[in-house]
Amino acid sequence: MSWGIAIRLVALVVLVVFLVQPELFAGVFGALTQNGQPSIYNQGSLLDITLSHLGIVAVATLAATLVAVALAIIVTRPFGAEFLPLSRSLANIGQTFPPVAVLALAVPLLGFGTAPTLVALFLYGLLPIFENTLTGLTSTPPAVVEAARGMGMTGWQRLVRVELPIALPVILGGIRLSVVISLATATIGSTVAARTLGEVIIAGLQSNNTAFVLQGGLIVGVLAVLIYDGLSALERLLLARSGQASRANA
Amino acid sequence: MVLGKSGQAARATRLVTVIGVSMSLADTADAHARPTWLALDKLGVLIAIVAAVGVVLPFALFRANRIVPGETIMLPAALPLPLVFLLAAVLLAGFVAALLRWPAWLKLATGFVVLATLFVLVGLAASYLTPEGETFARVSPGAGFWVLAFAFALLVTDALTRLRLRPQYRVAILVAVILAMALLLWSGLWNDLSMLKEYASRAQAFWSEAQTHLLLAFGSVATAALVGVPLGMVCYKVRRLRAGVLNVLNIVQTIPSIALFGLLIAPLAWVAANVPGAKAIGISGIGAAPALLALFAYSLLPIVSNTVVGLLGVSPAAIDAARGMGMTRWQRLLAVELPLAFPVILTGIRIVLVQNIGLTTIAALIGGGGFGVFVFQGIGQTAMDLVLLGAVPTVALAFAAAVLLDALVDMTARGARP
Repeated sequence: MSWGIAIRLVALVVLVVFLVQPELFAGVFGALTQNGQPSIYNQGSLLDITLSHLGIVAVATLAATLVAVALAIIVTRPFGAEFLPLSRSLANIGQTFPPVAVLALAVPLLGFGTAPTLVALFLYGLLPIFENTLTGLTSTPPAVVEAARGMGMTGWQRLVRVELPIALPVILGGIRLSVVISLATATIGSTVAARTLGEVIIAGLQSNNTAFVLQGGLIVGVLAVLIYDGLSALERLLLARSGQASRANA
Repeated sequence: MVLGKSGQAARATRLVTVIGVSMSLADTADAHARPTWLALDKLGVLIAIVAAVGVVLPFALFRANRIVPGETIMLPAALPLPLVFLLAAVLLAGFVAALLRWPAWLKLATGFVVLATLFVLVGLAASYLTPEGETFARVSPGAGFWVLAFAFALLVTDALTRLRLRPQYRVAILVAVILAMALLLWSGLWNDLSMLKEYASRAQAFWSEAQTHLLLAFGSVATAALVGVPLGMVCYKVRRLRAGVLNVLNIVQTIPSIALFGLLIAPLAWVAANVPGAKAIGISGIGAAPALLALFAYSLLPIVSNTVVGLLGVSPAAIDAARGMGMTRWQRLLAVELPLAFPVILTGIRIVLVQNIGLTTIAALIGGGGFGVFVFQGIGQTAMDLVLLGAVPTVALAFAAAVLLDALVDMTARGARP
């Protein structure tokens, strides 16, 4: 077992223990508080909030993956080729919208709470997945597609059995990027009353309690690093399995 | 039998594929040279459907004051009759331009005319719908207006993408659009729109927050470029450093922005209290200093990694040639490798600038100022016009920065690869 994996396992164990028994760490965070402020977030269970945070990110990413992959498939088929240049520009323009603006503007339509956060994360998650799926589908070696065609595969069979499996690691790369962005962006959702770890951070900002800010920030940061590394490992595994091992080291 | 059938089907799809590909090739090559100008444009059909939805949605929203729920007003009732006919005629032209396979420049021109008409008329609708002498009534653009504007913005974007204009022309179009918007705002045509009423009651605050926003966004990117490019050069030269530096910067990116802003408050407050002179130059725990530092930290990764990637991508032939000319290591780096890597470095700066213009809105949460002040005030008062007053300039600024820097990247990339 390498050092890298050992460090990550330790981080995971510490994170889980902290979420289940936060009082064990009261002493550590106590150093950051003043005037007898509470050192551990006390307006709700950290575990519940973290699970809700992860749930929102998971739902938004799942929806974004389905829509983005479907869109990328459509614009790379001959039928949708006309939409390809526009969809590229739109993906580019979409990135200029700040998440706070998307959140705030979704509130009059959807009300306060989880819904506007889900919409903002969904829209933000689309872009990296769409871009990567496009790259994956358009960079399939022509010889491979030709071979599949020569075997008499229909367009649908080529897509499902050849193009998508080859593009899968690249698509997964897009999902990984999207998840990490969403994990951090979800905290902003708490400004419109979504139940995310942003709640802990904002409570800290309002009561001038650095311990709260640090707790919220650390949980999100550690989660992001662990999920990022986990998905990277999965990607390498897929690359190796689909015989693109040379790309795995790139 | 079954085999034969599937083989036939495969051949049929192949044939369709070939036709589809050759068609789209012909389109991009010389669409206007084809005699079938009456043929339908697939994307145009989509745009027309979106626009049709926009026509039947309410064009404007009327409220007795700024926070009560309003009543929706449909297009025919939102304007004096002659203007309704004018808008109908212009929209019709827009539908035709979208649906038919016209040359891209004609679609572009029609799209701009439709957008300009929509923008002018929504201001006139506000004046028309506001009762005489009524100061509390608010008229804002309705869902119909936004959907129509979105549909024809799609038309314009698609035409621009198809035209593949040189960077100079793209910047010229951007400047023209900015001038047109400035003229529209200056003329007072929009003064009866709710967003401008919010502006009127806090014009002074708006401009001071705008200044803060620009200072935070551009200041953080400028300092990050000054630090990040040399750091990237060092990482490129010293291999052992590369992975370590990039990993640390990667981890910084995973910290949520609200938390990073908050975490910098305490150390900066300590610096302000204990380092002589720090307070005099404006460092304090709350306000612009932690915001600037956090934005700076977020900016480093894209700039450093793009500098490394750009330098690694310089062709070995160019480096060999420079070596053959007798250049030293440093001369090669500064006179050959850096200029060749410049477009990639500039792309990193573009990513960061657009991202920071958006992120600066969060600075308002820790008293850092910027347009986010209006967004969060608006959320607090459920006054959407106030949210728009903060969000629209932010989006416009980010968009303009993206267009401008994309054009710059294209120009330098052409210069680097003649």
